[in-house]
Amino acid sequence: MNLQSGPNRGDQPAEGQQSKTERQSVVVRFAGDSGDGVQLLGSQFSQETALAGNSLATFPDFPAEIRAPTGTTYGVSAFQINFGSREIKTAGDQPDVLVVFNPAALKVNHKQLRRGGIVILDSGTFKEKEIKRAEWDSDPRSNGVLADYRVIEIDISKQALECAKPFGVSQKEALRTKNIWMLGLVSWMYDHEIQPIADSLIKKFGAEDPIGKANVAALRAGHAYGEIHEISGELPHVHFPAVKFAPGTYRLISGAEALAWGLAAGSHLAGLEAVLASYPITPSSPILHILARMKQFGITTFQAEDEIAACCAALGASFGGKLGITASSGPGIALKTEAIGLGISTELPLVIVNTQRAGPSTGMPTKTEQSDLYLAVWGRNADAPIPVIASRSPGDCFDVAIEAVRLATKYMTPVMILSDGYIANAAEPWRIPSMADYKPFKVNFRTDPNGYNVYMRDPKTLARPWVKPGTPGMMHRIGGIEKDSLTGNISYADANHQHMTDTRAAKINNIADDIPEQGVELGNTKGKLAVVGWGSTYGPINRAVTNMREQGFDAAHIHIRHIWPLPRNLDALLKSYDKVLVAEMNNGQMLTLLKSQYLVDAKGLLKVSGQPLKIEEVQDAIRAQLGA
Amino acid sequence: MNIQTPPEKLSAKDFASDQEVRWCPGCGDYAILKAVQIALANMGAKPENTVFVSGIGCSSRFPYYMATYGFHTIHGRAPAIASGLKIARPELDVWLVTGDGDALSIGGNHLYHILRRNVDVNLLLFNNEIYGLTKGQYSPTSRIGQKSPSTPTGSIDSPVNPCQFALGSNARFVARGIDIQVKELGELFFRAKEHKGASFIEIIQNCIVYNDGVFSDFAEKAVAAEMQVHVKHGQPIVWGKTKNKGLRLNTKTLSLEAVTIGENGVTIEDILVHDEKNKVLATLLSGLRPPEFPEALGVIYCDPAPSYEQQVKAQNDAAMAKGPGDLDKLLRGGKTWTVN
Repeated sequence: MNLQSGPNRGDQPAEGQQSKTERQSVVVRFAGDSGDGVQLLGSQFSQETALAGNSLATFPDFPAEIRAPTGTTYGVSAFQINFGSREIKTAGDQPDVLVVFNPAALKVNHKQLRRGGIVILDSGTFKEKEIKRAEWDSDPRSNGVLADYRVIEIDISKQALECAKPFGVSQKEALRTKNIWMLGLVSWMYDHEIQPIADSLIKKFGAEDPIGKANVAALRAGHAYGEIHEISGELPHVHFPAVKFAPGTYRLISGAEALAWGLAAGSHLAGLEAVLASYPITPSSPILHILARMKQFGITTFQAEDEIAACCAALGASFGGKLGITASSGPGIALKTEAIGLGISTELPLVIVNTQRAGPSTGMPTKTEQSDLYLAVWGRNADAPIPVIASRSPGDCFDVAIEAVRLATKYMTPVMILSDGYIANAAEPWRIPSMADYKPFKVNFRTDPNGYNVYMRDPKTLARPWVKPGTPGMMHRIGGIEKDSLTGNISYADANHQHMTDTRAAKINNIADDIPEQGVELGNTKGKLAVVGWGSTYGPINRAVTNMREQGFDAAHIHIRHIWPLPRNLDALLKSYDKVLVAEMNNGQMLTLLKSQYLVDAKGLLKVSGQPLKIEEVQDAIRAQLGA
Repeated sequence: MNIQTPPEKLSAKDFASDQEVRWCPGCGDYAILKAVQIALANMGAKPENTVFVSGIGCSSRFPYYMATYGFHTIHGRAPAIASGLKIARPELDVWLVTGDGDALSIGGNHLYHILRRNVDVNLLLFNNEIYGLTKGQYSPTSRIGQKSPSTPTGSIDSPVNPCQFALGSNARFVARGIDIQVKELGELFFRAKEHKGASFIEIIQNCIVYNDGVFSDFAEKAVAAEMQVHVKHGQPIVWGKTKNKGLRLNTKTLSLEAVTIGENGVTIEDILVHDEKNKVLATLLSGLRPPEFPEALGVIYCDPAPSYEQQVKAQNDAAMAKGPGDLDKLLRGGKTWTVN
């Protein structure tokens, strides 16, 4: 659904002042100390926005430090939300409204604000010491750096202290209600009901809890502040009508949730119990946390001693006849590669989730990137192919996880899912599917010993039979040593190794017959320019191509889900365009893959800043390609 | 676990696969393989419920020679694979075969964790104090001064004592045997299988090609009586042809002394009685080394505790007792809204 956007504006409203009725969407960014509760404020506000029927996309952007020293720039945590009454595809290139709880948050974020945007700052924290600690040479409120913005100063700290006074809470506890005060104010700004939030606060803390009371008071005070100051016209006050979403029941969902639930759903459809073995790593850990609470869905979780052990334990579970799953991020996936090779050699199902982050090495654990495509497709010793699938958005992770389980069990192979830090943490409205909509793909374990050979194959899928230990009469041995193509006994025969290598490749290549042909998201199936993306760049590419097409540019958007094997028709499809532009958050990995497979003269829009791709960046690249 | 007797009693041969055994002629592994096959037959094990998991090295070829389920995995990682298997299938009887390089060098981390978690597997560590398959480099159990292709002027690494490593990792069952003592090994295997939790058995194994005779000071038949002490729970720790040698605790130095009964006023009353549940004693026994002391063999330590996978299963069963999960309900949990 395309709910129209102004020409050349991306997901942004037109610059300058729009009247209340013209605005279709707004980007708000909250920023403060890691202890200011900015993420809670952001996620609460997102929930409200979703319940108000608006479309939205979020971008939690937090530091690696759990609690950095107060007031420092490296301790700043931020949460950005783009929402409104048209379909939202990204968290927004630039904030229209920046809410900062201290000078450091302003220092880190003010340059991102669009010209003419609004800064709401907590003046109570703009004292000499704090300003200096945030590495400002002088008070930013008076030194001209905010000249291009509208600045609204509110002593939120004082407001919070005042609200909390009657309840006898400590000063520290009182100041911790600043985020809820702000939630009250932004709720007024965007015309959201606050009673449901007040109810949930009372539910969380209990009706008599002084801290709960202080929070409710702060919420109401923030809201009242907006009402009182409405007359001044200083604060925006906008109502975004609900978006006309397709009928259905919706919820907000993050990528990590959707992935975890999708893995459970996939196991269910395969008729299997699952064992997730993982080692804690940012930004993958939420998958472990979520599945650890899903024992009643037949899921066992195992926090292994390291990444290698995690992958090995998952493979051990698959050998035992359950679905082995391991989830990690780049450095952890690198450690798992030998065990993945064992899974390829022994031809056992295994689902590997890679929530990519900026690298190499430790890189920037809390920042996003798409730079593990080589690792996924080619990153193992020897000729060791596996299917690789990428999710494009938080909600899409659900279907991608199901597809990964289907391929792993049908083809007896490890499968890697590529997600990333942005998708994992971001949230979007998601139309909740019914499990009845998914076709089961129940696994049939072989129990008949007659004619059984360990490496006999299904003629169509080339998969070998899956036999559970415990099955009488079918005792067999498997391992990482090359084995006879039928019996599975150790074999060093030259022709056999050639045959096995070819068969392992053919098995994976044949999956191309079992996946959809590559479609075109936007535009025509031939023309001047195809903008090709994969994974989390879906939103910005889609919006950029939409905008450019409205301006008359002949551009199309192709988004690749099945990264290996690639869809059968992709070669011909790419060659039906004069030019191909690959937009990705790495130094040219999909670009290399497509060039190597199809000898296509593609160009790259490559970005590795740890921040998601911006609509404007894609638009500029399209313009450059089409010579306008 | 109940040890069920199959309708027809299987023989050791029924546990041998059709694959030709390819260890060097005279390798200690042959004796161990035989001992395992005999022991499994004697204990009435079911081949289809038995799984051998191994890592990489000479010893790790073991699963191919067993007519059971088997998984020959990657270097050092067998404990991790076996943990996953046991979590998935607690009812299987899982044996793990490894060597000193596989278990204590590349796989040291995993060995430590499977022991501390107390996963119910039987670990057989073949210790030959050398890397055989890679042609003779020194291993983590090689003694200082060991000359090898990678240590032409002698190893300077301080060796690890496998049983003490296991005790330090909180293993609840620690035993030691010798490759050629098939009967004694059989007893250890039986105890290991009975023990619910990780059972660790160090098997002294002679590498005839790269480290021949390294244990000859205690392992050979000629010196066995004087240089081996086979410990038994509740019995005095004695050895020698006439069982006149014994261990006495020096309470001032908290150390063991090898004494002769009948000399210097030593009587049987002075001799320590073996207590499998005494971890301090187990640690002292594990550390005894010839020529000053005999090598301690047998079940050195056994103090059972609930196994890991049974506790996992208990948590899963408790969750499942509330009724199986409903995915549609899960997806619709929390805040939702409906668009008509």
